[in-house]
Amino acid sequence: MNPTVLTILHFLQTWWVELTCGVVIVAVVPLVAGYVVLLERKLMADMQARLGPMRVGPHGLLQPIADAVKLLIKEDIIPAESDKFIFWLAPVISMVAALTSMGAVAFGPAFQVARDINIGILFVLGVSSLGFLGIILGGWASNSHYSILGALRSTAQLVSYETAGGLAIISALLLSGTLKISAIVQAQYDQHAWFIFLAPVAGFIYLVASIAETNRAPFDLPEAESELVAGYMTEYSGFRWALYFLGEYANMIVVGSIATTLFLGGWLRPFPNVHWLNWLDFLPAVIIALVGVYCIYRAGKQPVKVQTGFMWAVALGCFAVAFVFAALWLLHLFHRFGVLIPLNLDFILPGLNGAFWFLLKVSGYIYVFMWLRFTLPRYRFDQLMHLGWYILIPLAIINVFAVGISMLLEANGVNRWIGMVLTTVLVLAAAVFLVRWHDQRTESASTASLTPDSYAG
Amino acid sequence: MLDSVLFYFFAGVAVIGAALVVTSRNAIHSAVFLITTLLATAGIFLQLRAEFLFIAQIILYVGGIMVLFIFVIMLVRLDVPLHHLRFRMKNLVVTVVIAVLGAEAGAIIYLARKLPGQGLFIQNMAPPDKLAPNSEKLAESLFSGYLLPFEIASVLLLVAMVGAVVMAKNKKRTEEES
Repeated sequence: MNPTVLTILHFLQTWWVELTCGVVIVAVVPLVAGYVVLLERKLMADMQARLGPMRVGPHGLLQPIADAVKLLIKEDIIPAESDKFIFWLAPVISMVAALTSMGAVAFGPAFQVARDINIGILFVLGVSSLGFLGIILGGWASNSHYSILGALRSTAQLVSYETAGGLAIISALLLSGTLKISAIVQAQYDQHAWFIFLAPVAGFIYLVASIAETNRAPFDLPEAESELVAGYMTEYSGFRWALYFLGEYANMIVVGSIATTLFLGGWLRPFPNVHWLNWLDFLPAVIIALVGVYCIYRAGKQPVKVQTGFMWAVALGCFAVAFVFAALWLLHLFHRFGVLIPLNLDFILPGLNGAFWFLLKVSGYIYVFMWLRFTLPRYRFDQLMHLGWYILIPLAIINVFAVGISMLLEANGVNRWIGMVLTTVLVLAAAVFLVRWHDQRTESASTASLTPDSYAG
Repeated sequence: MLDSVLFYFFAGVAVIGAALVVTSRNAIHSAVFLITTLLATAGIFLQLRAEFLFIAQIILYVGGIMVLFIFVIMLVRLDVPLHHLRFRMKNLVVTVVIAVLGAEAGAIIYLARKLPGQGLFIQNMAPPDKLAPNSEKLAESLFSGYLLPFEIASVLLLVAMVGAVVMAKNKKRTEEES
């Protein structure tokens, strides 16, 4: 055979898992982002005692696709006074940064694009933070006051909260002792605990910082409708706007993945060390099959024939996935009992199980995001900055020391949980002190001078 | 083969980006091309398996310093003073600088042609498992062998940061008093 073809075949044979993962990320994440939007609207409707989108598909299940088609065929407007090149480039930067950073995220023990990269978690953080280049460039290129104010706010907010978030991440990295994503998860397996239990304050700080970094309510100041129309994307419409939107939701998934990897045990199932709970490994397939059964149960109750068909399609899809799980398990059994199969597929079953738990945790994290969004009112910009600089950053620094102290105590023979509780209580006391000190400061400042704070804007 | 393709891709992007930084009239465009160049250089670092250098380049230069540049360019209108910045004998200076740099690069390539591993195709790429994990090595040397310089540098940066904040605050206060 032709040597070039052989080289390419060899390349494909070595890297097919990684290549497939890359293609799946690029192809599926926009779709998932669309469904996250639908989920958000449904949740909002549920919390406000409404129904939400109901028209397109059963319970509005096809709404994201209708939205995407609408955005694709919308007129593409570029403002006359804008900088055309940057205006074109900015949404692309946002989207590409979010998708690229997913390259190093481990969606389970087997599925990851950049597998042996030694600085995995830094790669995800660094590349996803490039997304805000898109935000400032877009705000500047639009040549509009609302846009540039939104972009400036967004950048200030990102820079402030990235510091706090980074320090919270350092706490978890201290516990794991490595930057490699698979090794971080392995460390949580070896230490018999998710890091959220060993460093709860760090987990909380990261949650707050990640909400601020993704510009979501209650910290969605860059696009506060009552003040700035739509912030940095005021001038964008149609598919460019959709790119920004997808970038934002993809970023939510990235942030959720970082939090899951560092604090929630990555792809590990609950209680991975307890052997009599090994039956939990069958749970993903069973749950997916049950979803299929529920879809069939609901299919008969749909008012329109097309919707019944759609429900059947979803059910068949679920059964297909469950069947893949079962087939892989059978293959695994054959393999164990000595039946030879040419292609080694043993890694896929634990990989799929891991991916199930990982995605479940990421969804839970995103659910908390939405929950907070519908519960808390929006902050004022100076309040946001004060929270970041006066409370979260000092607290994160104190927490790094506290985690270090608890690790030292453990190394000196103190029970790990006693050390953890002690240091956490100390950090919480420090937090109370910081909050009260800050309240007193602002009180005395507001009585001393009535000039408004000039941070806003 | 693949290594050569990747290297020439990144190198080409870096060189073209650098040329566009100098030639584009709009300062923001220059900044964007500079970001492209820095990212392409980071790609070469990654190809050399200097992972930590790669991510430091992305986080510090692209994510930090370039954002600062863009901020300054955005907030200071550069369009007007750009015309005043043209100086006489510009072409002469440019020609001399290009000639000197070109001669230097040519001399290096000519003198090093006999050394092993030279040529258009990259040979003897280090396999990934032969290299020690370099972020660990870097941390080890920073926090053991070079602890004092490291601490001095970080204190210096901290002093600079605090100094900048103090200066900014003082200015605001005097404005309010006057």
